[in-house]
Amino acid sequence: MSRLDVRKTYKLYIGGSFPRSESGHTYAVTDAKGGFLANAAKASRKDARDAVVAARKAFGGWAGRTPYNRGQVLYRVAEMIEGRHDQFTADVVAAEGLTRAQAAKVVDAAIDRWVWYAGWADKLAQVTGNANQVAGPYFNLSSPEPTGVVAVMAPADDSLLGLVSVLAPVIVSGNTAVVVTSYERPLAAITLSEVLATSDVPGGVVNILTGDASELGPWLAAHLDVNALDLTGVVDHDLGASLEAEAAINLKRVLRPSTPDWTAEPSLARMTAFLETKTVWHPVGV
Amino acid sequence: MTPTVLGSAADVRTVLGDLSGVDQVGLEARAAALATRSLKKDAKRTAIDLAISMVDLTTLEGADTPGKVRSLAAKALRPDPSDPTCPSVAAVCVYPDLVAVAREALGDAPVGVASVATAFPSGRAALPIKIADTENAVAAGASEIDMVIDRGAFLSGDLLKVYEEIVAVRAACERADGSRAHLKVILETGELATYDNVRRASWLAMLAGADFIKTSTGKVSPAATLPVTLLMLEAVRDFRDAFGVQVGVKPAGGIRTTKDAIKYLVTVNETAGVDWMTPTWFRFGASSLLNDLLMQRQKLETGRYAGPDYVTID
Amino acid sequence: MADHAVPPTPLDYAPAPESRSIVDLQPSYGLFIDGAFTEGADGRTFKTVNPATEEVLAEVTEATDADVDAAVAAARRAFRGWSRMPGRERAKYLYRIARILAERSRELAVLESLDNGKPIKESRDVDLPLVSQWFFYYAGWADKLSYAGLGADPRPLGVAAQVIPWNFPLLMLSWKIAPALAAGNTVVLKPAETTPLTALLFAEICQQADLPPGVVNIVTGAGATGQALVGHPDVDKVAFTGSTDVGRQIARTVAGTDKRLTLELGGKAANIVFEDAAMDQAVEGIVSGIFFNQGHVCCAGSRLLVQENVYEEVMDRLKRRMTTLRVGDPLDKNTDIGAINSREQLDRITALASTGDDEGAERWSPPCELPTSGFWYAPTVFTGVTQAHRIAREEIFGPVLSVLTFRTPDEAVAKANNTPYGLSAGVWTEKGSRILAIADRLRAGVVWANTFNKFDPASPFGGYKESGYGREGGRQGLASYLTSSVLQEGETA
Repeated sequence: MSRLDVRKTYKLYIGGSFPRSESGHTYAVTDAKGGFLANAAKASRKDARDAVVAARKAFGGWAGRTPYNRGQVLYRVAEMIEGRHDQFTADVVAAEGLTRAQAAKVVDAAIDRWVWYAGWADKLAQVTGNANQVAGPYFNLSSPEPTGVVAVMAPADDSLLGLVSVLAPVIVSGNTAVVVTSYERPLAAITLSEVLATSDVPGGVVNILTGDASELGPWLAAHLDVNALDLTGVVDHDLGASLEAEAAINLKRVLRPSTPDWTAEPSLARMTAFLETKTVWHPVGV
Repeated sequence: MTPTVLGSAADVRTVLGDLSGVDQVGLEARAAALATRSLKKDAKRTAIDLAISMVDLTTLEGADTPGKVRSLAAKALRPDPSDPTCPSVAAVCVYPDLVAVAREALGDAPVGVASVATAFPSGRAALPIKIADTENAVAAGASEIDMVIDRGAFLSGDLLKVYEEIVAVRAACERADGSRAHLKVILETGELATYDNVRRASWLAMLAGADFIKTSTGKVSPAATLPVTLLMLEAVRDFRDAFGVQVGVKPAGGIRTTKDAIKYLVTVNETAGVDWMTPTWFRFGASSLLNDLLMQRQKLETGRYAGPDYVTID
Repeated sequence: MADHAVPPTPLDYAPAPESRSIVDLQPSYGLFIDGAFTEGADGRTFKTVNPATEEVLAEVTEATDADVDAAVAAARRAFRGWSRMPGRERAKYLYRIARILAERSRELAVLESLDNGKPIKESRDVDLPLVSQWFFYYAGWADKLSYAGLGADPRPLGVAAQVIPWNFPLLMLSWKIAPALAAGNTVVLKPAETTPLTALLFAEICQQADLPPGVVNIVTGAGATGQALVGHPDVDKVAFTGSTDVGRQIARTVAGTDKRLTLELGGKAANIVFEDAAMDQAVEGIVSGIFFNQGHVCCAGSRLLVQENVYEEVMDRLKRRMTTLRVGDPLDKNTDIGAINSREQLDRITALASTGDDEGAERWSPPCELPTSGFWYAPTVFTGVTQAHRIAREEIFGPVLSVLTFRTPDEAVAKANNTPYGLSAGVWTEKGSRILAIADRLRAGVVWANTFNKFDPASPFGGYKESGYGREGGRQGLASYLTSSVLQEGETA
């Protein structure tokens, strides 16, 4: 008689904990062939609200850490993903219908992507900031600063590499994130949240909501305590346009929908989209 | 040279304006460096016993009763019933209306009765009420008064008022027989917020005649920290250099472990110097610290780690 | 304060030794060439000694010209694969090394204190964290070179010959190796002859990280080995940290060749204290400026320039502070000042300091009991020093501070700049505009305002004038190990 395995319950990841949706709703997630995989929590607007509160609470501490420390924490996340390579590979096989070998390469790429971003933490200011020689006796320095709480609509199809490619650039510079995962392929995100919970990432820095972007998106887009909106994963053009319009209420910084080739090396754009520039002047004189 | 008397706001500005600034990062780095000192064996034993003798064992709760205070007093006299060689603490610290109970419970043992006063902890009351509060505590038998400064006055710039209140409270500490309860002045460093403010408030209190400057009421967070205490030790050191008058320092609140206490003693030792290494000039305002000191003391005696069942609750 | 005053209790700290047992000292060490430890070509060895006790720690191989040749050849062979490896793979090797350095940091710190003489408190809390961080920082550049401001596709130079000093052995190794490897170069490094051991343990760490053989090679030896290495015809880049005299020789050696060169040499930094400094913190800065690492620091604040109107106050506070400095066993956790690295260095310090006495400056040290064996020098302050004194001109490289005064900001700047050196300087004032104005005018590669002796892999470090050229640390630190289309014609060394 073969042994029955103990199946995982998939919950949300908010404020460092794993709550079920306050609505009590779930939905069935299927694999690439339509077979049942699991019931994922269906996040409600109240979950989104709670996630924003958690992200705001975590922002000051996370942004206030040294960039070296953030880089080390992100590197540790990569270590933990590597340690769960097989588990992630299985998630990708199930969600995207790839072969095991193909999925393993995707996991490799996701880890390397994460490591690439981790290494930016203590270098961003050197590449995007600078002294400015103004025409007067003043010291003048421009420095990048994280914008705050970023709501992210994760890519619809690319459940791991795409997810990692939108999340890491947001948090490496000190922002905190509320991520709405791919509706159809959310499970790798939950495995990732387990990694985050065990990697010294403070609770609230990343919050992961499995659910429907068309339901949650408007609440996040209109939320006055969200500073920026990454619409990358929004496939429907009209939805994307309306979310961008909603976001104008408090002039969020908006990154419009796109479907990049996630295997290509990124530019700085996904980091700089969520950075402010602060310029400080000071007189020079004895 | 006796300490300058401040007669006007202009005097205050002149004297305090002369004080050197404080660099936050540098101060905190020095405190962190002092915290790396490692005391072993005999040195640790000496430090633990010294720390115990410096504790002002404190209960300042709305729910305090005579029973609670008697229990505290018994613990103050005999912190470790299983070891008579353990020193008693320096004093107990209570609210004014429980001073008499404390005094009776302690008898004529050499353990002081410190009373908070002056509308502790907020200090928000008119001066006559604060004076009456003080006189009441002194009359009930307090040997020491822990007053609070008016932080509102300080932060709104009326430093002369802060000074004059301290002078008035000090006068209220005098007894008919010419003796005087000793005055500790609580700066409430957590509310003063900057190290520059703490330096200025320290000097203001010392010039007004404080016998001790104390960090906190323990009711506001942050309470005592090592950098703030380091700063106050620098102040008392410089004050004695300037005027030949020695003033004590009492960090209070948030000091919970023996490790913490030793860091403070090292800081006293290397900043103000050995003259302050006595309960006469340095105190810990604490409640749970005492049991940790006792457990560490037991470990040094027996070689085994102790637990809560092996120390008494007060 | 109480009715019966209680007499004070003096607090003695008692010995607090860090255990040596974590270090597994071998009786002898070979060279690390092509990924393996090998014996030298002709079996010559020398001893390395614990300067606190004069006990012999180990025998170390002296690399001959043939050994150097083999190491350079190994580096050349490894260069092809290493430079063509995608940056993200090189990065992962360097991250591994950074993590192993962090894992073994206590062991490395104890070994460093044994071999160098510096207090365990410093090797544990300053050197080792920076070592690991240096590798972690540069690991992240390996796959981002196109962002370094050196063009779209900067290329590594090839084989780098790196010679490092004895004052921060493992830290200097990390300053050299991390950026070189991140940029795609391979290296042959020679540690100083009095402090080879942490470099040899680093070689073991390279093995633990599975670093491809030949990427890092360690050749131990003294002056002759160093000369053979920097003069080797198949080396593309030379990086040297050490004395200005040797730096000049190396500059002459590479003249007319294609070898790129960076030098990090001596200094005689001015630590300028203005009347409106935060006094207690300024005193801490003076103390750490000259007594940190026994003053064996190229960027040490060895000249205190104090504004004349606060001279008495500063000196009183400084002397009082110096009485709490603890000189002694480097492995004691409470030691502030350790041993001088060698008999030779001790003699140099003693001789130069005595010129201070001869030339009429006034010497002062706090009372301090020095151990009877080992190499020791008490922290010392000379007052009444002027620019014309030798102790104000020449680098002593020991715990000896020369104190001069100034009247105005202009005079402070003039005196600070009046030296052939230009490595670092300190400025102490609470006035922001003054910090910036003085920093602007100081001819020094590193200006520390209201702090001193702060290092970070993200922060470029290096000197003006005879303190050398090139920068280590930061984005600028990569430039020394890369060639770009911008610099191709008539490149500067």
